[in-house]
Amino acid sequence: MNDMTPTREQREAALEGMGCKRKRVEDVRFTQGKGQYVDDLKLPGMVFGDFVRSPYAHAKVTKIDATEALKIPGVIAVLTAEDLKGVNLAWMPTLAGDVQMVLADGKVLYQNQEVAFVVAEDRYIADDAIQLVEVEYEELPVLVDPFQSMAPDAPVLRPDLEGKTEGAHGPRKHHNHIFNWGVGDKDETAKAFSEADVTIKELISYHRTHPSPLETCQCVASMDKVKGELTVYGTFQAPHVIRTVASLLSTIPEHKIHVIAPDIGGGFGNKVGAYPGYICAIVASIVTGIPVKWVEDRMENLSTTSFARDYHMTTEIAAKNDGTVTGLKVHVLADHGGFDACADPSKWPAGFFNIVTGSYDFPTAHLEVDGVYTNKAPGGVAYRCSFRVTEAAYCIERAMDILAQKLDMDPADLRLKNFVKPEQFPYQSALGWEYDSGDYHTAMHKAMDTIGYRELRAEQKAKQEAFKRGETREIMGIGVSFFTEIVGAGPSKNCDILGVAMFDSAEIRVHPTGSVISRMGTKSQGQGHETTWAQIIATEIGIPAADIMVEEGNTDTAPYGLGTYGSRSTPVAGAAIALAARKIRNKAQMIAAHMLEVSEYDLEWDIDGFQVKGNPQARKSMKEIAWAAYHAPPPNMEPGLEAVSYYDPPNMTYPFGAYFCVMDIDVDTGVAKTRRFYALDDCGTRINPMIIEGQVHGGLTEAFAIAMGQEITYDEMGNVMGASFMDFFIPTAVETPHWETDHTVTPSPHHPIGAKGVGESPNVGGVPAFSNAVNDAFQFMGSTHIQMPHDAWRIWQAAKDLGAHG
Amino acid sequence: MIPGEFTYHRPSSVAEAVAILVSHGDEARPLSGGHSLIPMMKLRMAAPEHLVDLAGIADLKGISESGDNIVIGAMTTQNELINSALLTEKLPIIRETSLLIADPQIRYVGTLGGNVANGDPGNDMPALMQCLNASYVLAGPDGEREVAAREFYEAAYFTALAPEELLTAVKIPVPPAGHGFAYEKLKRKVGDYATAAAAVVLTMNGSSVDFCSIALTNVSDTPLYAGDASAILTGSTLDSDTIKRAVAAAEAITDPASDARGPAEYRTKMAGIMLQRALTRAAERANR
Repeated sequence: MNDMTPTREQREAALEGMGCKRKRVEDVRFTQGKGQYVDDLKLPGMVFGDFVRSPYAHAKVTKIDATEALKIPGVIAVLTAEDLKGVNLAWMPTLAGDVQMVLADGKVLYQNQEVAFVVAEDRYIADDAIQLVEVEYEELPVLVDPFQSMAPDAPVLRPDLEGKTEGAHGPRKHHNHIFNWGVGDKDETAKAFSEADVTIKELISYHRTHPSPLETCQCVASMDKVKGELTVYGTFQAPHVIRTVASLLSTIPEHKIHVIAPDIGGGFGNKVGAYPGYICAIVASIVTGIPVKWVEDRMENLSTTSFARDYHMTTEIAAKNDGTVTGLKVHVLADHGGFDACADPSKWPAGFFNIVTGSYDFPTAHLEVDGVYTNKAPGGVAYRCSFRVTEAAYCIERAMDILAQKLDMDPADLRLKNFVKPEQFPYQSALGWEYDSGDYHTAMHKAMDTIGYRELRAEQKAKQEAFKRGETREIMGIGVSFFTEIVGAGPSKNCDILGVAMFDSAEIRVHPTGSVISRMGTKSQGQGHETTWAQIIATEIGIPAADIMVEEGNTDTAPYGLGTYGSRSTPVAGAAIALAARKIRNKAQMIAAHMLEVSEYDLEWDIDGFQVKGNPQARKSMKEIAWAAYHAPPPNMEPGLEAVSYYDPPNMTYPFGAYFCVMDIDVDTGVAKTRRFYALDDCGTRINPMIIEGQVHGGLTEAFAIAMGQEITYDEMGNVMGASFMDFFIPTAVETPHWETDHTVTPSPHHPIGAKGVGESPNVGGVPAFSNAVNDAFQFMGSTHIQMPHDAWRIWQAAKDLGAHG
Repeated sequence: MIPGEFTYHRPSSVAEAVAILVSHGDEARPLSGGHSLIPMMKLRMAAPEHLVDLAGIADLKGISESGDNIVIGAMTTQNELINSALLTEKLPIIRETSLLIADPQIRYVGTLGGNVANGDPGNDMPALMQCLNASYVLAGPDGEREVAAREFYEAAYFTALAPEELLTAVKIPVPPAGHGFAYEKLKRKVGDYATAAAAVVLTMNGSSVDFCSIALTNVSDTPLYAGDASAILTGSTLDSDTIKRAVAAAEAITDPASDARGPAEYRTKMAGIMLQRALTRAAERANR
């Protein structure tokens, strides 16, 4: 060996494989403004569509007159529900088994609902025309409060469902009832409560908010009438599913529909579903044969396409005097708005909310969820979380604090006492999940030691005494949160979308010169797949990540997959990538054996090639093998070097983490300042620690926003309040706390590379940490629960109600 | 979020601008920084047919000292206010307040004239100008007139400015050297309007207050000059009882809207808290 021969470490480093803090390759174009987003598309002859929307939350639509609008030069068409009926698209199916109006069919159910679709030569003309479409409304009584939805005299929101006593998920017990979903052992749980030393009960509400990605929802539909082919460019988190749905609805054969998701500016669940804008643009292009672009503005995005949360969770825990939990009972009232358009796997009307037992060993539990209609926008998407997992984590983490308070126990100690123990994994939860792996105690102790938990408690005690003596108007809260997520939907045994099993896929092709093109069924919206997928392949087949191109989002070229949301990409597609890569490595081994004239069993893998066992000088690098695959493959072997893998995961993955928030609150103004925020995440094997850190920072910033003020509210008339960035809280760098991140590594035993999802953990675990900090600060005044969001005036109000203003 | 059609004018003199306003009356609106008007047009809550951009009028720029007054041209940006050595020396509260308006990008474009002339109760400069007892120079077809900031505001977006008039400059009497000052603003985030804010300028003679002027932002449909509170504090030693009475007097004149910043009661109380904090800081800064 001469001096120029790279060492094993150098060869390994050259790969930039798993574990490497590789810089994001996509950022080269994003940071130069060279990303290609939907609104960057300019097709020849393209026209624009925009909506006439309802000013009322609940009204009959008695007349739509577009005469004046159509007189404006450049206005091409004004579509109404009547026009869509001609193509059977006035209504569309939702992912939750309901139907939803595409355009108002006789009535509107929420403010800003789509009433008519104006198509014009440019956006300016379209907006002018909207002002001239005359719509006559007859106002109806408005239902805003979900707790009033099932009152006997509540207004009928959905006359289309009249007489339907059976919904998509079982019996409906009221005209505004959507479903009742129950899981767990009701009798055993009742018994646990009757035998308990201590019980707590609290209504814990998680308010309505919105994912609000930087780029709103948009699409360009282009029908080629000659070829009979439809191309749709759109902000789609799940392009293949969109194509299947488009084919089913339009009756255009699936192979003649091309769905392309270009660069996407954030999704967070907002871009999973199908919206009236897509349908109208597609119909308009099919009818006119010219490309039609539809782009939401910010107010439309916040007020119509997909809210998140709005869960009202009555939570009870039974426990022994020593703090051991013995039972959990939760009833959820879920506000779904005017249509049930929840984006959950089809069999799960409340998503995976039954992860609500959290990180604790509850011997028994019972959960019931009732979904109801109100005069609000539809949605119920998983805003940076696996389906309804943020709600579940908030519910249990808040409830554990309330129990600790009742028992006069430290909330961290109560959690340590009740954690599922390392030797209990795989762990069967009382509500039906099998947790794959975890070491909660190690993570919790590491977090407590790092943040100096006991010292902080002592400081808090001293500050409380000083407050009581009148020496300060500031109080201190310590928020504890220990979450367990369930991500990676999902195993075909329990997860499908409209009947399509929730597998995912990867296709890898090694070129003769040893570079690679790879395509997946997922779709990055900022997660950095182009970087991390290449790292998995690099480690698995020994080709530098820099030589691997990753492509997603084009349904013509990418293998079928269910897309990116619910932290499913790494658990599902990540596994498919590793398995496809291993198929390539297996073939490469046979080629190398042929080249080295040994048996393949005499070879061993070493970083970037195969070497003869005991004789590492005799080796063939992956580059050499790739050339041989095309140049001189072994006799009787197909040439080429490529593989496809479709992966149906055996189980979900269960990331977890310990988060601590230290907060100082000005009792006189209600202003809360986060002094420290520490987040320890365990997502199993870490593919790119820098991307993980970035994901955690982003999710924590969203969690901070949600807990401390971000909400979509309605007044009693059903007017949506604050659907602009004036009021909808998006923190800037000034408000955002400093994040301290940390980790432990407990690999998933069933995942080929041991990885779990991570992108959503910080949102799931962050919200309870912030809310528990606020609640913890006021406990010494006798408070048990203060509802989110914790913006300054609500904190001030809580302080006032507790008598803290003298 | 697209405005209706309008004709764009870019006059190069005040006289030319006034002439355009006169010829179009209610259909014309002057445009300065545009941070209030343009969003309103995009929402089609405002639909002027003629937009008169004042950016080309050199006479509307600049900060100068004239006798006992400092005169600031209407088109002077907030960023220029922040970087003015003259203001930093003579009227440091203007710099302090400007730094609390929106964010740097907006302050490069947003102007003093636009901020005070629009009549938006959320704007910070109107209350500050009332606190400083400034007056506004208004140019119209019949020449110039001056209106005191304390007399200018009638209701939200309604002011003494006639449709054919242009606010060309703000005249501010220079407070005595060594005065104490503070602008305390409670807001939800960077870029937000005040939940409540208080401007205080005072002078101290030993331990007692010689002179005091207070005004409040965004707790009514106009900025509020708190004359009673100012009077209560004048001559006092800023003892806690007097401050309490002054705060109560200031709170009494508020009439805030309940909105996403909080219910009316909260915003009134926050006006009081901001006033207390501004008084403390202003007194600390004052020469004795």
